[in-house]
Amino acid sequence: MSRPVSLPRWADLALLPVINVLVAFFVAGLVVLAIGEHPLEATRILLTGALGHGEGIGFTLYYTTNFIFSGLAVAVAFHAGLFNIGGEGQAMLGGIGAGVAALALGSLPGIVALPIAVLSAALFGAAWAAVPGWLQARRGSHVVITTIMFNFIASALLVYLLVDVFRPPTSMEPSSRIFGPGGKLPFIHELIPGLPKTPLNLSFVLALLAAALVYILIYRSRLGYAIRTVGANPTAARYGGISPERITIIAMAISGALAGLMATNEILGVQHRLINDFTGGYGFVGIAVALMGRGHPVGIILSALLFGVLYQGGTELAFDKPKITRDMIVVIQGLVILFAGALEFMFKPALARLIGGRG
Amino acid sequence: MELIDTAIGVFASGLRLAIPLLCACLAGLYSERSGIVDIGLEGKMLAAAFGATVAALSTGSALAGLGVGIVVSVMLGLIHGFASISQRGNQIVSGMAINMLAVGLTALLGNAWFREGGRTPSLEGAARFQPIALPGAEALAGVPVIGPFYKSVVSGHPLPVYLALAAVPMTWFLLYRTRWGLRLRAVGENPAAVDTAGVSVSALRYSAVVMAGVLCGLGGTYLAVAQAAAFLPNMTAGKGFIALAALIFAKWRPVHALGACLLFGLLDAVAIRLQGVSLPGVGQVPVQAIQALPYVITVVLLAGFVGRAIPPKAVGIPYVKER
Repeated sequence: MSRPVSLPRWADLALLPVINVLVAFFVAGLVVLAIGEHPLEATRILLTGALGHGEGIGFTLYYTTNFIFSGLAVAVAFHAGLFNIGGEGQAMLGGIGAGVAALALGSLPGIVALPIAVLSAALFGAAWAAVPGWLQARRGSHVVITTIMFNFIASALLVYLLVDVFRPPTSMEPSSRIFGPGGKLPFIHELIPGLPKTPLNLSFVLALLAAALVYILIYRSRLGYAIRTVGANPTAARYGGISPERITIIAMAISGALAGLMATNEILGVQHRLINDFTGGYGFVGIAVALMGRGHPVGIILSALLFGVLYQGGTELAFDKPKITRDMIVVIQGLVILFAGALEFMFKPALARLIGGRG
Repeated sequence: MELIDTAIGVFASGLRLAIPLLCACLAGLYSERSGIVDIGLEGKMLAAAFGATVAALSTGSALAGLGVGIVVSVMLGLIHGFASISQRGNQIVSGMAINMLAVGLTALLGNAWFREGGRTPSLEGAARFQPIALPGAEALAGVPVIGPFYKSVVSGHPLPVYLALAAVPMTWFLLYRTRWGLRLRAVGENPAAVDTAGVSVSALRYSAVVMAGVLCGLGGTYLAVAQAAAFLPNMTAGKGFIALAALIFAKWRPVHALGACLLFGLLDAVAIRLQGVSLPGVGQVPVQAIQALPYVITVVLLAGFVGRAIPPKAVGIPYVKER
């Protein structure tokens, strides 16, 4: 029953993932049908809302920015054979890092303050992920459980800091004061006049840059080779002179840095102050994005774009069809993770029969 | 006297807060003892809470709610089982999928069916589990300390509380005194040995996943049909994950699970009580610090700094029969 089936490389890399995602969307269509709406009409509204006008595209790319960061974060850890579900917590810490720097340096010119704030976001995220990495490598505690716990601890820490430390005495709302002008990443519509006003900001460029760097890191560098070797076979890696423990900690730190950078979009780019709940579950979406993109930066950008379309289009859809709330996006996320992740190989035997039968 | 009253009040609310944790914790215990990691406890409870509320609303019976809650939760458990046992998929990924499906579907369907932003109308009368007064609660009420303790900590809870508490000795008995329990523990440590003995690894693991579903169903039903008397979006609020922490704290043992859940429930009750209260000598303790305590304790325990927690050996590894 468990004889391994093999597929041609193109089918394994492209066809099977596409089939899995299509099945996920088909089931999502059934859910839409079940609550009494028409799936095709919903898709049409969703696509026009996300891509049909300049403003929609701006919002879509703004969401995409978050998903590129969180998808890359999950992917880097994945390559090392680690499952980092702590993206939410690492992004919160990234927000704290970015916030502290932007609050302190906001009066300086942006060219000085912003690089420090961005770096601070990455460092805080990296540190928050390196601890579970260290615990896994040196103490053997499972990184999945530890990162889950670290999400909750981060959330408690963020609320505490907002309520008791950063909140201006006159304010009731748990948020910091607005950053000085130097702590704000410029909006794209400020840089390129004539574009509609959207939350899309410079961190989108940063996200694309991060994707390129991750590509170089994973596929073109010595460290990336070590990361992939540890992910594929830690024992072999050790024989090859690579320390799996060291790589585990480094991979988690890089993963956490990428998750932390998500805060550059939300905190430095849009809110311009530290607020609660700014991560909005985007860290978890990263899992779906990384699975769909198969861990490759190009795949991640494409699937991040798809989820950006879903988020922006889903918001418009919720306006037009009050029955299809934004929760539909979470359902789709769940289905994608189920079919493209946990049931990854469900259709493999059937597909192998189909292709084999022809040839 | 006032101090004792406060203590009893905190105990009673700690017990109530511990019940959903206990259900999910025991659910995780069956699953992980059989070798299946279950981070979908949260999702199963949430889905059960929703299913139970809808059933109780439409039939007017809390028991019908419990039945439907269990069925919904078991169905999600079987999806997890299919993915991780039959398809040998990644169990963490599958659990995440279950959690997301539950959060999304309950809010989506709740909004589509009831048009109240995802929450359901309130449950009243027989549609909600009512507190059960144990015999003697009134008679003892006059006795100092013991009377109020018996009345509000031991007695006066709805049916699911007693069911959940009864599940502790039952789990202990099943696990340590039955053939099924012996095999279940073995399959989580060394599935190949169980397979060699001619016992089906899949069947054992599926039975564990179903047990986990039943218990999560009970926990979810308690949250919605007894405690809150309505379904609210994302009402489990991380309880499934605290239960996972409690499971590690209890080192995968049923009676210790009760202790761990009571402790975490009590911490929660204390955190609620201490909101804005200034303690002598310490000053105001940030509520967040107490709320984060269960997670910190778990991390410290897992790291083996104090009393190392070692999970079942085969947990999370799909079993592939050798040929």
